[in-house]
Amino acid sequence: MFGYNGKILRVDLTKRTVKVEALDEAKAKKYIGGRGFGTKMMMDEVDPGVDALSPANKLMIVTGPLTGTATPTGGRYMAVTKSPLTGTIASSNSGGYFGAELKFAGWDAVIFEGKASGPVYINIIDDKVEILDAGKLWGKVLSETTDALEAVHGDKARILAIGPAGERLSLLAAIMNDRWRAAGRSGVGAVMGSKNLKAVVVKGSGKVAVADEAALKEAFALCMKKIKENGVTGTGLPTYGTAVLVNIINENGVFPTNNFQEAVFAKAEDISGETLAEKYLKKKDPCFRCPIACGRYCEVDDIKGGGPEYETIWAFGADCGVSSLKDIIKANHWCNEYGIDTISAGATLAAAMELYQKGLVKKEEFGDGPELKFGNAASIVEWTKRMGMGTGFGAKLAKGSYRLCDSYGVPELSMTVKKQELPAYDPRGIMGHGVQYATSNRGGCHVRGYMISPEILGLPEKLDRLELAGKPQWAKIFQDFTAAIDSVGLCLFTSFAMGADDYAALYNAVCGTKITGAEFITSGERIWNLEKQYNLAAGIGPDQDTLPPRLLKEPVPAGPSKGHVHPLDKLLPEYYSLRGWDAKGVPTKAKLAELGVD
Amino acid sequence: MRIEARLFATLRTGRGKVVEAELAEGATVQDLADALAIPPAEIAILLVGGRDARLDRPLSDGDVVSIFPPVGGG
Repeated sequence: MFGYNGKILRVDLTKRTVKVEALDEAKAKKYIGGRGFGTKMMMDEVDPGVDALSPANKLMIVTGPLTGTATPTGGRYMAVTKSPLTGTIASSNSGGYFGAELKFAGWDAVIFEGKASGPVYINIIDDKVEILDAGKLWGKVLSETTDALEAVHGDKARILAIGPAGERLSLLAAIMNDRWRAAGRSGVGAVMGSKNLKAVVVKGSGKVAVADEAALKEAFALCMKKIKENGVTGTGLPTYGTAVLVNIINENGVFPTNNFQEAVFAKAEDISGETLAEKYLKKKDPCFRCPIACGRYCEVDDIKGGGPEYETIWAFGADCGVSSLKDIIKANHWCNEYGIDTISAGATLAAAMELYQKGLVKKEEFGDGPELKFGNAASIVEWTKRMGMGTGFGAKLAKGSYRLCDSYGVPELSMTVKKQELPAYDPRGIMGHGVQYATSNRGGCHVRGYMISPEILGLPEKLDRLELAGKPQWAKIFQDFTAAIDSVGLCLFTSFAMGADDYAALYNAVCGTKITGAEFITSGERIWNLEKQYNLAAGIGPDQDTLPPRLLKEPVPAGPSKGHVHPLDKLLPEYYSLRGWDAKGVPTKAKLAELGVD
Repeated sequence: MRIEARLFATLRTGRGKVVEAELAEGATVQDLADALAIPPAEIAILLVGGRDARLDRPLSDGDVVSIFPPVGGG
C-alpha cells in the first residue's frame, strides 16, 4: 500500500488491550484520511447520540496519506471524536512532528476506546505498544509532562499529551503535541481526559511507501516554487507569522473588540505582528517539512515557548480590550501549559468581562483574583491559570462562553456558533465569512472555509467583503476544498499558494492514484456531507446554522464596517440550494447518493 | 490636501509607520505611492478609509490610506 501504512492501532483502555487492524483501503481512499476518514470511522463505530465524555465515545488520532511524506507541510494529524463543547463531530488539526512520527511507526490511525481505571499513557515504538501507568504525570503541565516522558523515552520520542485542563474535563481543553502544538478546538482534550489517557509517546523507524518517486519529486518542486513565490507563504508568514493579520483585520474594521461590541481596536499596533517581531520574537519554529515556517518562538520575562498566533493575540488582546502583548504572550504560555484552546479561552474571558461590565457577574465572584474588566491585562494571565486549574470562578470559565453566559440567563452575550467561540473576524463586515461561520460543521471556526483569503487578502482573487452576490458559492467551495486538504495530511496554509490540481498531483504521486483536482474537491464535499449527517444524527440541526444575535441585529458602531449587520437570512437559502440540500438545510437523499455518502 | 498613509510590515522599512503626505488636489493613490516610493508590485492590500481601493482612486483631503505588502493569514 502506498501513502497509507495499511494499519490501524486500536487501544481498549477499559480492558487495557491493544489490537492491530488492517486499514480498509477503499473506505480510507473514499474519505482520503485525517478528518474525512476519521469522521467515517466515527459514523460507523460511535452512536452520534453518545455522551461525549462517556467511555462510549472514541478518540481517534488520524493521519493523512501525505503525513510523513516528502510533501510541503506533510506532517499533520487530526484528533477526531464527538465534541463535548458543541455536540457535533470534532476534528482538530495539529502540526509539529507527532503525526509524521506516527506514520514512521507504521500506523495510519490510533483509536482509543473505553476508559482506563486510572491515569495511563501509551508508548509506541514501531509495532511495539505498551499501556503504562501515568499516575505520576497526572496534574502536571505540558512542559513537566514532556520533560518527564523524554527523561524515560529519550528526546527523539514525539509526545502528545493533555494538561490539567483536559484532566479536569474543561470543555476548552486541547490535545497538545511537541510541547506547544495544539489540536486546539472543540474540547478534544476533555475527551482524552475522560478516558484517563494522559499522553501518547511515539518513535518510528519506518518510511511511508511512495508509489512514484519521480512524479512526487516533480510535483514537490512545482508546489515548493508556488509556495516560495507566493507573497503570503513565501514572505509574509515566514517574516511575521500569522500575527501580521492584526493590523490588516483592524484596518478593515472587522477586528472584534470587547466581546464583539466594537470592530476596531484603537491599540491594535501595540499587539501587532510587527510589534511582536520587533520586541519578543526570538526565532521561527517550523513544523515537519514546512517551507513556510509561520510558527513563532517568543521570550518574555521568565517565559519562553511557541506562539502566540494571530487568533490568540486577538482573543486575549482586542476581544478583552487588552493592549499588553507581554501579558498576551503569558496567557498564551499558560494555555499551552494547561492545554487549553487559546481562541475559546480568550473569547470566554471576553464574555466574562461583558457579564461583569453589565453587572451580571459580581466582583465577589472573583474572590482574590483580579477583576475581569475590559483592558485589565493582569486578569487574562491569572484567570487563564485558574481556568486551567478549574479553581473558583475559573471552573465556570472552563466550560466556555456559552455555558457561562447561559448560567447568567444571557446566552445571547456568548459570541459562539453551536456553542464554540468565534475567532478573530467580525462577520458583519465580511459577508462570505459569516456564511461559513454559521454553517461550519464544528461550530464557530475560521478554518472550515477561510473566506478571509478572498474577502480580505485577495487570494486567489479579491472579492468585495461587503458584497453578497456569489458569497454562498465561494463559502461552499472553500469548505469542500478545506475538508479535502485537512484529510490529506497537509497544512491549510499551503492553499494560499496551491490549487486543487497541485494537491491531486501530490496525492497521486504518493498513493499511485489518478484523481483530478475536481475529484479532490468532490471528496471534500463528500466529507462535508458526512459530517453534516453525523451532526444531524447527534441532534444538531440546521436551526443551529446561525450567528449570535448581536451579529445579526446590532450594527457595527464605528469604523470602516460601521452600520453593517450580517444578513445571514439573505444568504443561507442560496447556500443550502448550492449544496443540494433541502430548504431546511438537510442533505437530500439524491445528493448523498450522488456523493456516495454511506 | 493632507493624506494619512499607514504603512505595514516590510513597507515600513525606511518610511515609518504613519506618513502625513501633502498632495495636490486631484491626486490619486498612485501619486501617494509614488511620493512614498512604493512600487505597485509591493502593494497587495490597499484600503482608503478601510475599504478596498485601486491605484487610480482619487483622494480627498483627510483620507486615510492603508497599504500592505503581500502578507499572511491565520
